[in-house]
Amino acid sequence: MSEAPSLTVNGHVRALPNDVAPNTPLLHILRNMLGLTGTRFGCGLEQCGACMVLVDGQPVQTCTAALDSVVGKRITTIEGLTGGDGERHPLQQAFLDEQAGQCGYCLSGILISAKALLDRNPNPTRSEIAAALDDNLCRCGSHVRILKAVERAAETLRAGG
Amino acid sequence: MNDTVKLPASLTTNPRLDRWIKFEDDRTVRVASGKVEIGQGIATALTQIAAEELDLPLERVTLLSGSTEFGPDERYTSSSLSVMVSGASIRLVCAEVRALLADQAALRLNCSPDDLAVVDGAFVKDGATTGLDYWDIAPVLDLSRAPTGSAKPKSPGTYRFVGRDVPRADLPDKVTGAGETYLHDIYPAGVLHARTLRQPGPRATLAALDEDAVRRASGDAALRVVRRANFVAFISADERKAEAAAVYAEENAKWSDLRDYRGSEQEGSWLVGRPAERREFGAPKSDTEGAADVVEATYTRPYIAHASMGPSVAIAQYDGETMTVWSHGQGMHPLRRNIADMLGLDPDKVVCHHRHGPGCYGHNGADDAAADAAIVALALRGETVRLQWRREEEFAYEPVSPAMSVTVKVALDAAGNPMDWTQEIWSATHVQRPGSGSGYLLASEALENPPPPVAVTDPPEESGGGSTRNAVPLYRIPAHRIEHHLVTEGPVRTSALRGLGAPTNVFAMECMMDELAARAGKDPLEYRLALLDDPRARAVLERTAAMADWTRRGPGGPSGDGAGKGLGIAFARYKNMAAYSAVVVAVTVADEVRLDHIWSASDAGLVINPDGARNQLEGGIVQAASFALKEQVKLAGDGIASRDWDAYPILRFSEVPPVDVELIGSPDDPSLGMGECTVGPTCAAIGNAVSHALGRRLYDMPLNRERIMTALLA
Repeated sequence: MSEAPSLTVNGHVRALPNDVAPNTPLLHILRNMLGLTGTRFGCGLEQCGACMVLVDGQPVQTCTAALDSVVGKRITTIEGLTGGDGERHPLQQAFLDEQAGQCGYCLSGILISAKALLDRNPNPTRSEIAAALDDNLCRCGSHVRILKAVERAAETLRAGG
Repeated sequence: MNDTVKLPASLTTNPRLDRWIKFEDDRTVRVASGKVEIGQGIATALTQIAAEELDLPLERVTLLSGSTEFGPDERYTSSSLSVMVSGASIRLVCAEVRALLADQAALRLNCSPDDLAVVDGAFVKDGATTGLDYWDIAPVLDLSRAPTGSAKPKSPGTYRFVGRDVPRADLPDKVTGAGETYLHDIYPAGVLHARTLRQPGPRATLAALDEDAVRRASGDAALRVVRRANFVAFISADERKAEAAAVYAEENAKWSDLRDYRGSEQEGSWLVGRPAERREFGAPKSDTEGAADVVEATYTRPYIAHASMGPSVAIAQYDGETMTVWSHGQGMHPLRRNIADMLGLDPDKVVCHHRHGPGCYGHNGADDAAADAAIVALALRGETVRLQWRREEEFAYEPVSPAMSVTVKVALDAAGNPMDWTQEIWSATHVQRPGSGSGYLLASEALENPPPPVAVTDPPEESGGGSTRNAVPLYRIPAHRIEHHLVTEGPVRTSALRGLGAPTNVFAMECMMDELAARAGKDPLEYRLALLDDPRARAVLERTAAMADWTRRGPGGPSGDGAGKGLGIAFARYKNMAAYSAVVVAVTVADEVRLDHIWSASDAGLVINPDGARNQLEGGIVQAASFALKEQVKLAGDGIASRDWDAYPILRFSEVPPVDVELIGSPDDPSLGMGECTVGPTCAAIGNAVSHALGRRLYDMPLNRERIMTALLA
C-alpha cells in the first residue's frame, strides 16, 4: 500500500484525501482541500499569474500544475510569505507602504513573482522587475506602484530588513 | 437652522438616519453606504468623512457597504459619483447625529452644546471628562426619523482626516492572502459548486443536451442538473466535477437559432448607417457659410471588455422563504429587485450582500452570476450554492463596452479657430444595467418566459450622457452640436465601462484639436489655451505641460533610425462637470508604440484621500493606455471569439511607463468625481503623441502594430 498523499506547504506537511487524483491541479488542492484561498483562480490557462506559488523557489502557475509534479517539493503560498509570528514579509510591507494595489486580486501572484525575483537578484533594475512580472496581469493599472514597491522591498532586504 | 437645505439624492430616497448610522455596543459606529468597494478606495474615503464629522478616530468607524438588509439604497456604484453623492450624504448624516448627541448631552449636563467638545466619542467640558459619551446617549435618540440636513458640517479648514493620505483599509488582507478577502474565497460548510451552460445568444434554443453523458463526463455520478428552458446549470460537491460538466456540455450541446458573426461587425466603422434613434443636441443645423475652411475626420474604437482578473462568482441560499445572495456586483439594491422580478419573489424576501471581487470598472458579469446562483438555489432549497463563471464564460458573456464611430466636422475662421463644431456619434447603448429599464439579468433571457425586448436608452444628458459623454467641447466655439445615432441593435450586449462614451469622444475631439493646431501652425498647447476660458481647465493643462517640459517638443516625425519620438497632449473635464484632467504622453514609435513617460495634473476640488485619488488617476491612465494600444473584443462564429488573455491582450508590466500624477485643485472647491477623469485624455494624448512621432495620424483604436503598418504604407 502506498503512503497517504501529502504536500509540504509553507513548511508544514499537509495530508490530502486518499482518493486525490495525481493530475489534480495544485490550485484546486490549495483552495478547495487545504483552505489556502490566498492563491487565486484567474484564467486556468497559465496566462494571468493570479495563481502563482513558489515550488522549490520557482514561481509556478498552479491552475495547471498537477499534484504529481509538486509532490516532495517545497511549496510557498502567499500565506507563507507572512512570518510565523504574523510579521509581514518586507515585500508585503512595501506594497502597503506604497499602497500598491486597487482591487488586489492579482497581488498574491505578483508578490510571489517578486519574491522569486528578489531571491535570485537582490538588486534588480526597474526593467528587470518589470520583466520578471510580465507573466502577471493587473487590470486596475496598479503597475507603477507595484514596481516601486518591489524596489522598496529590495532596498529593505538589502539593508537586512 | 436652515430647513430648506437641498439634500443629496441618496438622503431623499433613504430618509431614515438609522439606515446610515448605528452605534454599536463595542464603542464603534457603523456607517452605511449603498456604494461598494471595487478597488477604488471608496470605503476608506467614506470612513474618513464619517470620522471627521463625528470627531472620532478612524478605527472607531466601520463601513457597512452594499447591504439591502441594513444599508441605504444608492443604486449602482457608477459615474464617479460616490464621494459626491454618498460622501455628501454621510457628511450630513454624521454632522446631524453629532449635533443631536451634543444637544442631549448638554441637556443632561445643563450646559450649552457649544460648551462641549468630543474626544474619542466622549463629551468633554472645560477640558474635563463629563462621564457621558456617544454610546451612553445614542439609545435615547430616535434615529428612525428623516435627516434634515440642518446641522452644519465642519469647514474644510478644520479637517483632520479629510484631505489626508489614509492607507486603504482593505489592502492588508489583500497582500497577506487573508481568508474570505474576496467573495471568491468563501466556501461555506457543505457548499455545492455550480457551473452553467450558457445560452449562446438571446434567441438561441437548446435543441439537445444528453444529461447522462454530461454526468459521466463530469465524474460525479450524483451530478445534479438544474434545467429551465434554455438555462442549464450543473451542481456538484466537487468544484472540478461541476466545471468538467460545463466544459463537456458546452462542447456537446446542440443549439438552434444561433447568430453567425462576420469580422466586420467588430469594428466601430460597422455601426455607421445601421438602424438608430437619432438625437440632436446643441446649436441648430450647421451653417458653414463664411468659413475659411472645413475639416472633417472620423475616429473609431472597437468593443472593449471589462476583463476582470477573476471570473464572476456568487453564493445563494433559499430557505423556502428568503433568498439570500452574496455578490460582487456594483449595486445590491438593484440586484435584489432584479432577482425578485426574474424569479417572481417578493423583493422583501430577497437579501443581497456585497463582498469584494476583482475590479470590474463597470457592468461586468457579476450581476448575471448572482442571478444564475439564485436560479439554482431556488431549485435546490436549503442548499448553499456557489456558482462561478468560467474564464471563457466571463470573456464571452459579460456585457462589453460599445464600439463607437465619431465624426468631427469643424468650420474654421480665417485665423484657423473653430467657429462651428459638429460631433456625430454612432454607438450602441452604454448602459444596459438590469433594472435601468434598458437591460435584464442575462439568465432571464434563457428562462421560460423571456422578457420583452428592451427599449434602448442611453443615460440622459443631465447625467453626463452615455454615447454623448464629453462630446461637447469646452473650448470657446460659437456654435457646436451633437448628432447622436443610438444604434438600436448592436451585434453584442453592451453596457457600462469606465467613462462610457468619454474615452472615444475625447479621443476624437482632442485629436481633432491637434489637427487644427497643425493647420493653424500653432503649438497644440498654445492653440488649446487660446480657446479656453475656464481657469481650472487652463491650470491643469499648464501644470501638466510644465511637468512634461512641453517646451522641448520638437517637430516630430521619423528620425534617422526610422523610429519616431512623439509628445502628445490632451485635456477633458469628465462629463463636463466632474474632475478636470490633462495628460501628456511621450512615445517612441517603430513598428509598435512604446510609452516612454506619462504626466498628468488633475483638479478634483476637495480630495478626501489624496493618495487614494492618485492611485485612481494612475490606474485610469494605465488602463486607458491599454484600451488605446491593445484592446479589441473579437467577434466570430456564434459570438465573442476573444475568450482568453492571448486573444484579448492587455498592457503588461514591461509596457507600462513611468507615470507622474498631481492633484492641483483647492480644498475649498467642492469634491468632483475623479475615478474616470484621466481615461479620455490619456487615449487622446497617446493618439496625438503617435501622430507626432509618425508624422501622420491614426484614427482607429487600438493603435497597434497592424494599424501602424497600414498607416505607414498608406
